[in-house]
Amino acid sequence: MECIEIRSINKSYGATRAIRDTSLTIPENCLFGLIGPDGAGKTTLFRMITTLLIPDQGAVFVFGYDTVKHYRQIRLFTGYMPGRFSLYPDLTVTENLIFYATIFGTTIKEHYQLIRPVYSLLEPYGDRLAMNLSGGMKQKLALCCALIHNPRLLVLDEPTTGVDAVSRKEFWETLQVLKESGMTILVSTPYMDEAARCERIALMQEGSIIVEDRPQSILADFTTPLFEVQGPDRLGTLQRLRSLPEIKRAYLFGHSIHIATSSPGYDAGWINSKLAEFGITGLEIQPVTPDFEDCFIEGVEMNRKEKVA
Amino acid sequence: MNQSKVIISVNNLVKKYGDFIANDRLTFNVYEGEIFGFLGANGAGKTTAIRILCGLSYPTSGKIEISGFDVYTQREQIKRNIGYMSQKFSLYEDLNIRENIRFYGGIYGMSTAAIRRKTDELIEELELSSIARTLVRDIPLGWRQKVAFSVAIFHEPKIVFLDEPTGGVDPLTRRQFWEHIYRAAARGITVFVTTHYMDEAEYCERVSIMADGRIEALDTPARLKQEFGAATMDEVFLKISRK
Repeated sequence: MECIEIRSINKSYGATRAIRDTSLTIPENCLFGLIGPDGAGKTTLFRMITTLLIPDQGAVFVFGYDTVKHYRQIRLFTGYMPGRFSLYPDLTVTENLIFYATIFGTTIKEHYQLIRPVYSLLEPYGDRLAMNLSGGMKQKLALCCALIHNPRLLVLDEPTTGVDAVSRKEFWETLQVLKESGMTILVSTPYMDEAARCERIALMQEGSIIVEDRPQSILADFTTPLFEVQGPDRLGTLQRLRSLPEIKRAYLFGHSIHIATSSPGYDAGWINSKLAEFGITGLEIQPVTPDFEDCFIEGVEMNRKEKVA
Repeated sequence: MNQSKVIISVNNLVKKYGDFIANDRLTFNVYEGEIFGFLGANGAGKTTAIRILCGLSYPTSGKIEISGFDVYTQREQIKRNIGYMSQKFSLYEDLNIRENIRFYGGIYGMSTAAIRRKTDELIEELELSSIARTLVRDIPLGWRQKVAFSVAIFHEPKIVFLDEPTGGVDPLTRRQFWEHIYRAAARGITVFVTTHYMDEAEYCERVSIMADGRIEALDTPARLKQEFGAATMDEVFLKISRK
């Protein structure tokens, strides 16, 4: 069964078109990632799925319910963790949780098993005001509140922004456990290593979904040759590389420059001799295996070019 | 980077809040023009230390000099010689880009004439002329962070402190942001940066990793990976933080 079905929706804020004729289907029990640059429309899409915004055109269905007509039913089985801190700062940890439980007509005890792994870390701080929690603790509490009524669909808007690498790893282990319990999880993230942990992902830009597939397939489809160039004058070399039409893009990366060339013919040897023409020598050039970040950048740039063309 | 010139000198920095030791005998140097990564888990004590280095909070004990100025007695001189930006607070959202630049230039004691001249240069360099009079709240986060960084170094400080400058920013914008950092460092500005993105740790010349108030490791990314037998900085970080 489909958990979410989005049919050609549009949404504008004044003159700004936040969502442009977008359709998407998310199967039940999927761990689905939504990625895209700031302002791509991810939060708007999430707010429409969670019945908090109404599309200008088109329709969204969650487990067959229409988000406009049947918003009450949808809210009963949906957990939403917004990007901004969603808790009441002047209530304690326990009070926040009781509040959310009461709203959904349940108790902390009823689904305690579900929140236990996360909540057990918070329990020692039960009497602390939410405003006095560290970033990682706030995130854990917000997750507990979103889970308190054992939702069938969990929607998480950038849950790990500002969270350190250790806590992020633990957070994703928790998501994996929730998924195995049968939940459908929709999550947005700016971290590309997290996108790779999803079953399916959609890349969003300027209100449209430009790619939607399994992360492995997106990686496999990436054929642009990538190289790492190391040499003495990084900034000078970078500028020269960018002036060459055969170079699709060039970025500084740590102590090297990462470049993408426009066809396999432009290989390490070609780059070396081309730069030598400009008097740049003593370079080390190695091929690079693409990662998810490369796919993201390529997707975003290709889409931009198509729009210009 | 000029290895001979120490610009941040920290010797046995201790900061206590009651019985809680937020910074436990931190000792390290940062060199002029260096890009220094200051890493650690949430709650490890990074922000406490940065506030002391910026002259915003007093240490409990220790000898700390920023560009030769003492953190106990010369805080105003320190503030004139540094720039600061963070993910949480950088620009005023209800001012436009030009107004923000003018405001910060004034705060850092620049003359009106210098502010006017440099504002035009900056807006041209960042290709922002079309949105220079747009309120900051209406500009996408990635753009905002680039402007915020330029504003933080507008008065040509010796050191710029960046506290999670790229939090929540997409990969493309992050790379562009780091290019601005490299260009600033190439001009001789020392960059002191915190981040949760471990790939960004690779962009730093040296990184320190804090855990529970202490610096547990400090070296170049290449040597840290070797020392901890790790393929990536992510692994190094996990090994230290989970100890």
